[in-house]
Amino acid sequence: MQEAQAAAASTSSTLGQPTAAAIGFFLLFVAITLAITWWAARRTRSAREFYAAGRSISPLQNGLALAGDYMSAASFLGIAGLVALKGYDGMIYATGWLVGWPALLFLVAEPLRNLGKYTFADVVAFRLRQAPVRIAAAIGGILTVLFYTIAQMVGSGNLVKLMFGIPYEWAVAIVGSVMLLYVLFGGMIATTWVQITKAVLLLFGVTVLTAMVLARFAWSPGAIYAAVADGYGQAALEPGGLVTSPLDAVSLGLALMLGLLGLPHILMRFYTVPDARAARKSVLYATGFIGYFYVIIPIVGFGAAALVGREVIGGIDKGGNMAAPLLAEKLGGEVFLGFIAAVAFATILAVVAGLTLAGASALSHDVYVHVWKGGRADEREQMRVARWATVVFGVLAVLLGIVFKGQNVAFMVGLAFAIACSANFPALLLSIVWRRFTTRGAVASILTGAVLTVVLIVLSPTVWVDLLKNETAPFPLRNPAIVSMTAAIVVGIVVSLLGREERAEAMFEDEKLRTYLGVGAE
Amino acid sequence: MSDGPGIDARKVLDSADFRRLVTRRWTISLLLTAALFLAYYGFILLVALDKELLARKIGAVTTLGIPLAVAVIVVAWALTAIYVAWANRGYDRAVDRLKRELGS
Repeated sequence: MQEAQAAAASTSSTLGQPTAAAIGFFLLFVAITLAITWWAARRTRSAREFYAAGRSISPLQNGLALAGDYMSAASFLGIAGLVALKGYDGMIYATGWLVGWPALLFLVAEPLRNLGKYTFADVVAFRLRQAPVRIAAAIGGILTVLFYTIAQMVGSGNLVKLMFGIPYEWAVAIVGSVMLLYVLFGGMIATTWVQITKAVLLLFGVTVLTAMVLARFAWSPGAIYAAVADGYGQAALEPGGLVTSPLDAVSLGLALMLGLLGLPHILMRFYTVPDARAARKSVLYATGFIGYFYVIIPIVGFGAAALVGREVIGGIDKGGNMAAPLLAEKLGGEVFLGFIAAVAFATILAVVAGLTLAGASALSHDVYVHVWKGGRADEREQMRVARWATVVFGVLAVLLGIVFKGQNVAFMVGLAFAIACSANFPALLLSIVWRRFTTRGAVASILTGAVLTVVLIVLSPTVWVDLLKNETAPFPLRNPAIVSMTAAIVVGIVVSLLGREERAEAMFEDEKLRTYLGVGAE
Repeated sequence: MSDGPGIDARKVLDSADFRRLVTRRWTISLLLTAALFLAYYGFILLVALDKELLARKIGAVTTLGIPLAVAVIVVAWALTAIYVAWANRGYDRAVDRLKRELGS
């Protein structure tokens, strides 16, 4: 922290000191979102309201909430920083974060909405044997959410420390407790509106920042690129070292694209809209908002390189995470910096709230209600267990955030996407499209995907060389998705072909009316 | 859940109309998915295999890579819009018609 403050002081930035503006905006955001939570709490009486906001969210609202659920601090601060420090490579990376959305719509969104109730495991287990499939799907889902949460919590501790100057443990504890209040009392209704508020603030903040940069350069992106090339050479506008081996690049691309189709906290949002038509429209809105965000965020990054300078950005944080806040201060002064800092905090809160709700629903709806109680639990018991699971998951998130303090956890986001795309996505897709898919096939596919992903990432250069400091890695790819996802699909198909499950095959025909027409959907 | 479909439901499930709808839905989905893969992985492989092409200047300093990266995002959104436009008309109309036959 002292380093950060010293660096900030040397560049006459108020970054790292809790300014009145930053604290004011942050408290305003917390006050508004807690008021929303209070309002939502009075509308959260049933499991349907707690997990799915009573299925009353409109397509536009859900589109914004999906954007708020998805655009993390890593995409806002991280990609702006990557573009500022590495130039064009940051733009290549940004494209990967959007391309999953169309695939999500083409392959799973509508059938998912028609077949499920609260979780993606509802769909996988629809016509298979409940207990084994639910347990396997909960393992895949919880691993995904857990690794994603650790990355978010550690990132939030570091960012809040950098921006507000408060100690790491405090930052993690504040994020954890505020988020827990949202989810515990307001469930999905509060989470949705926190995500909508955050998405609007983030899109507004980045739009203003982009406009300020463009105004400095006579509204010409070309002039910004010229300033960047002038300072850091033409190489800043050319592909650099990010993408070298085609296989590595495609494997990471697969994880980013198809991993989205297996992220429990994103899939869960489709149950908040009334029907499959609304689910479809909400993806179009979400893709529009998120696409717009990734198109303009590189301008912020290049603007930061040109106006703030790489030395200053890299001096405060090696990863470049402070590029956007520093640029905000340069162009809009202390007050605008305070606003952007509060937006970054809001961003983290909204994402972690969505993750906690997804983790809690896997524990309570999938494991407790459907496996432990055999699907027989009344409304009151479901709500009680859902809230306990929320507390368990929230406390776990804070503890893990503190345990992993100072660790390099950037790889955990890639790991979460790789597990989502290898363990959750193949089983989800096969259960929707393939009549012969069996209980054994589903369980084998999910477990193969989850175990193989974790083992391969440990043996990959990402962990084996970068973290464990070995010379070379036994497994060559930095992200294992291309191998682990393929293996999960092959195992799912082969094991299913080895034995028939007549009840599941018969139900496949019957469920078609529900899958494609929405007849009998929740 | 396992009551099995009624007579009306059986008729709809077996109807050419319903089968055509399901086939058409997946044909369009898979065509659009193929276009998406072509755009994104084509771009990624271009970055991996032909850096000179992306580094080619198209303005004073602006490289071809910059509009291409933006184009990948715009194309992805456009494919989404094509699917939604089709589904809002063709798919939903067929769904409504089949549901009427079910009497629901």
